[in-house]
Amino acid sequence: MAYFLQQLINGLSLGAIFGLIAIGYTMVYGIIGMINFAHGDIFMVGGFIAIIAFMVLGLLGITWVPLALLVMLAVAVAFTALYGWALERVAYRPLRNSGRLAPLISAIGMSIFLQNYVQLLQGARNKALGTPPISGGITLMDSAGFSVQLSYMQIIIIVSTVLLMAGFTYLINTTTLGRNQRACEQDMRMARLLGVDVDRTIALTFVMGASLAAVAGMVWLLYYGIIDFYVGFLAGIKAFTAAVLGGIGSLPGAMLGGLLIGLIEVFWSAYFSAEYKDVAAFGILVLVLVFRPTGLLGKPEVEKV
Amino acid sequence: MTRLLVVEHLTLRFGGLVAVDDVSFAAEDRQITAIIGPNGAGKTTVFNCLTGFYKPTVGRLTLTHPEGHRFLLEQMEGHVIAKTARVARTFQNIRLFPGMSVLENLVVAQHNKLMRASGFTLAGLVGAPAYKKAERAAVDLASYWLDRAGIVGRADDSAGNLPYGAQRRLEIIRAMCTEPKLLCLDEPAAGLNPRETAELNELLMFIRDEHKIGVLLIEHDMSVVMKISDHIVVLDYGRKISDGSPAAVRADPAVIRAYLGEEEDEALPPEVSKDLGAAGVPAGS
Repeated sequence: MAYFLQQLINGLSLGAIFGLIAIGYTMVYGIIGMINFAHGDIFMVGGFIAIIAFMVLGLLGITWVPLALLVMLAVAVAFTALYGWALERVAYRPLRNSGRLAPLISAIGMSIFLQNYVQLLQGARNKALGTPPISGGITLMDSAGFSVQLSYMQIIIIVSTVLLMAGFTYLINTTTLGRNQRACEQDMRMARLLGVDVDRTIALTFVMGASLAAVAGMVWLLYYGIIDFYVGFLAGIKAFTAAVLGGIGSLPGAMLGGLLIGLIEVFWSAYFSAEYKDVAAFGILVLVLVFRPTGLLGKPEVEKV
Repeated sequence: MTRLLVVEHLTLRFGGLVAVDDVSFAAEDRQITAIIGPNGAGKTTVFNCLTGFYKPTVGRLTLTHPEGHRFLLEQMEGHVIAKTARVARTFQNIRLFPGMSVLENLVVAQHNKLMRASGFTLAGLVGAPAYKKAERAAVDLASYWLDRAGIVGRADDSAGNLPYGAQRRLEIIRAMCTEPKLLCLDEPAAGLNPRETAELNELLMFIRDEHKIGVLLIEHDMSVVMKISDHIVVLDYGRKISDGSPAAVRADPAVIRAYLGEEEDEALPPEVSKDLGAAGVPAGS
């Protein structure tokens, strides 16, 4: 029981990170019907910017943890959002009217570019945080020599994810920007005719997705204490799987999918084998796609004749 | 009366195909100008040029607001035409945002005001009073039009669940929520039953008389065209073949030839004049 509870906590924390990344995939897909395969690498860039900010803060001698974390967060979100905006501007906007394949190839190209760019600038070796800024936790229960730990980092991950999700749901459902995004999602040309600046709305969607990826990247860094230029690939693919699992295009679906992928991965490693945890996650994806092709919360597309 | 829209020598070629060929006409403010013609005559293409979907090969499209601002539509981007030149349009097939509520459809159309008031979302997020006020004004305008279209009770339903005639009217009032100076309607009566057509006529005449804007109307349903338009332009194979008041156009031999393929001097077949008579047009002239 204690073991199970511990795995549940670990799974939820990992799943929350996947969920944050998955939202970026699902929002971009919702609005322009394209999978932004470079999104995982945007997440990686977010992590790197966070670690650079951390190092610089260390040099400046700012060690009070809450302040350091807030500065890291602000810097990571701002710069990663800039990367997201530039990505859309350079790689996708010029291809807006050229079918579906060209932006997809462009996305894969940007993904390879970002990995190599970071590898060249930051080196191919792991970057480690050194002493983790947030450590310790609460012992929830202690039974038969096994204690269930809820670390402060896990609390931060779960709480911040819940807050971000609530904020985003509010933003999409009630603000003018959110309404414009939903209008663009349903009929881009009509939205343009009603005076909606579609290009800006799409750019802001990328910026929003990248900001969440930056938070995820920073949280990942703080959670594992280590980051490398390749981390975005697998995390990105998992988050993409999460978005598809939850129903691509649906925000709550992305979050649910993320949590499920995190839980599946952790429980599989805990009870079966850690080597095959990716197989488990992707195996579940295959099953869901076979029996429910629109994902768990996706709306079936009704073709009217 | 000011000349709201002046179209001069509008030509659009797709490779060798001439979709619109040297068409010139004018639409007045506070009038309903109908563009009619057989299928493929280039009516919708004219609309597409006006709203920035296509760039004309040749020609000038001048829109002059009653207060004097002048816009050259052929040089403007689509969303700028909607935003600053204030031209709104609807489509042959209904293009609502079906997954959004009726009210939201109308509020999206007013987003330029809201975007400014919300300080590009930031002020809106924190719920600043100016934004709240702008949002209330947007909802008020929306309910005013919902009332006009007779669908006020369905404001919170998904737009996709409205009956067909109500969807048509919703599309028109959504265009009106952008507070346009020129409203372009592409076959608004297509597929409506006679009662819905009558409701549509009433709405269009209300828009012309009470909101004092120009309406450009593409329509096949002569019971709409003849009853409500002040001025008719007839296109055939991309060229303008007639232009004038409903009575003059109806009697124009070129129009009759284009529609019926008859010889110039032959009279209308009796069943056609009967139909036109039933539509409230004096038979013969």
